[in-house]
Amino acid sequence: MNVIVCVKQIPDPALPGELGADNTLKRDGKLILDESDSYGVEMALQLVDAAGGGEVSLVSMAPNGEVSGMRTALAMGAAKGTLVSDPALQGSDALTTAKILGAAIQRMGGADLVIAATESSDGYTGTVPEQLAEVLGLPSVTFAKKVVVDGGALKVDRQTEAGYDEVTCPLPAVISVTAGVVEPRYPSFKGIMAAKSKPVDTVTAADLGVTPVGWAGAGQSIVNVAQAEARAAGEIIEDDGEGFAKIVAFLENLKVI
Amino acid sequence: MNIWVFAQESNGAPTSATLELVAKARTLGTVTAFVGGDASAIAGALGEYGAAKVYATGDLGGALPGPAVSAAMKAVIDGGDSPDLIMFPQNYEGRDVMSRLSVKLDRTVLTNNVDVAADGGSVSVTTPIFGGNTLVTTQFSGAAPYLAAFRPKSFAAEPAGGGAAEVVAAPVPEVGATGAARVVAVHVEETSGPKLDEAEIVVSGGRGLGEAGNYAMVESLAKLLKGAPGASRAIVDAGWVPYSYQVGQTGKVVKPGVYIAVGISGATQHMVGMKGSKNIIAINKDKEAPIFGIADLGIVGDAMKVLPKLIEALQAR
Repeated sequence: MNVIVCVKQIPDPALPGELGADNTLKRDGKLILDESDSYGVEMALQLVDAAGGGEVSLVSMAPNGEVSGMRTALAMGAAKGTLVSDPALQGSDALTTAKILGAAIQRMGGADLVIAATESSDGYTGTVPEQLAEVLGLPSVTFAKKVVVDGGALKVDRQTEAGYDEVTCPLPAVISVTAGVVEPRYPSFKGIMAAKSKPVDTVTAADLGVTPVGWAGAGQSIVNVAQAEARAAGEIIEDDGEGFAKIVAFLENLKVI
Repeated sequence: MNIWVFAQESNGAPTSATLELVAKARTLGTVTAFVGGDASAIAGALGEYGAAKVYATGDLGGALPGPAVSAAMKAVIDGGDSPDLIMFPQNYEGRDVMSRLSVKLDRTVLTNNVDVAADGGSVSVTTPIFGGNTLVTTQFSGAAPYLAAFRPKSFAAEPAGGGAAEVVAAPVPEVGATGAARVVAVHVEETSGPKLDEAEIVVSGGRGLGEAGNYAMVESLAKLLKGAPGASRAIVDAGWVPYSYQVGQTGKVVKPGVYIAVGISGATQHMVGMKGSKNIIAINKDKEAPIFGIADLGIVGDAMKVLPKLIEALQAR
């Protein structure tokens, strides 16, 4: 069973985000593997293992030929990757991203299963997996919290507002997995060393034949960026053992107790 | 302006997110609700909140709404009734239907919005970023229909007193392989007390609780205050509580009268889901934690020392 995992390389979420001159998120520094994608990588490795054959490949779209995040996923055990990197892609929307990833996946020869996170931790548009499924003409199950492959079909527990649904879906298919679906492994030293020599094919938007891309294809323009109204500063006290009484008084004052 | 709202039903009534969008849409133009399923139970309420017409696909027969409802929408649009704007709730089904439709129509999507404005034929939406500190307003360019998803509780759901809306069938055309997934069983996770996104008081726990077993104290406190227990993404990912407890970007958006964050540092992810609360109380041992930046009352201390005393004091009342 061959699985392709969509991985996003993002600015470190621990650092404050910043907008560039064109009001898109600055992504020019070092990028790391989005933690949300580590679950998909782990899920793919486990499914290939359970199938007893096949391999896990990665696809990513990032500026400046960035591969550090992909190397993390390769160190976990993915075999190879395709990176789409092209200055023309700056400003691309989620739909263009899905078209690019779809074209890259076709170029890689397709897969039995394509896995993505439900949304990235930096842009969190949250539509790319389902858009990608439509681009590829495949069925999809989004928000998967448990995934089993059983005789050419998926059995998925899909998160819902009220609980979860059991969903069956034939392969090939696209799924998006929620965080916590599996416990991602830490790359071993051996894995990290091996990842350095694993192949990453770098392509451009033109190689994939997708046009228009970047701002030209985004169908939108940012017309205003403003600071939100800040909340007034509250009272912050150190707990001296009586902190609970402050809370009781606060709740009494609001008449909720 | 002609506006569609992707409308959803829960227990025989339109969901609150649906009514919020219908109520907002009627201030911008003529509203049509698009239902993925049978609309007979909710057409009355949709009309009362401002929908003039309802398209309904009829029973989906276990198909997931994404491919099915988007195909039904595309068929109506191809048939000549094309809206200027389609509003979706920012939730599982809303996201799936909007995503599939965006590819079918080759139109961009703008998600996570909290406001919308229309001026002549142009439509712009407002999205909070960086944990809600910055608001970005984006205008759609190119041809309509424009596709936008809105966070729950962005608009007030007030009835307009309209009569029942006319229901028009919008059957799902053949969708081929894309529609092959089937729901074979539905599981509802039972919760007691008020619903998380409707409770007047929410008590949420995070990593600062130390271990999974201590979450019981969050539940006790919530119960004492007749509120609902919630959680940060960190402890949901760690498997301490089900996903349905999660407050934040990927979980529920809550706007209670009082929000008590216990052992939660205040990641952007979490803050966008609770920042609209009227009063915020935070207990965290790190005084630099971002949650204190938005707290009305902050207690810098160990949650596991403060919580037992707080529960005891409330029980004694």
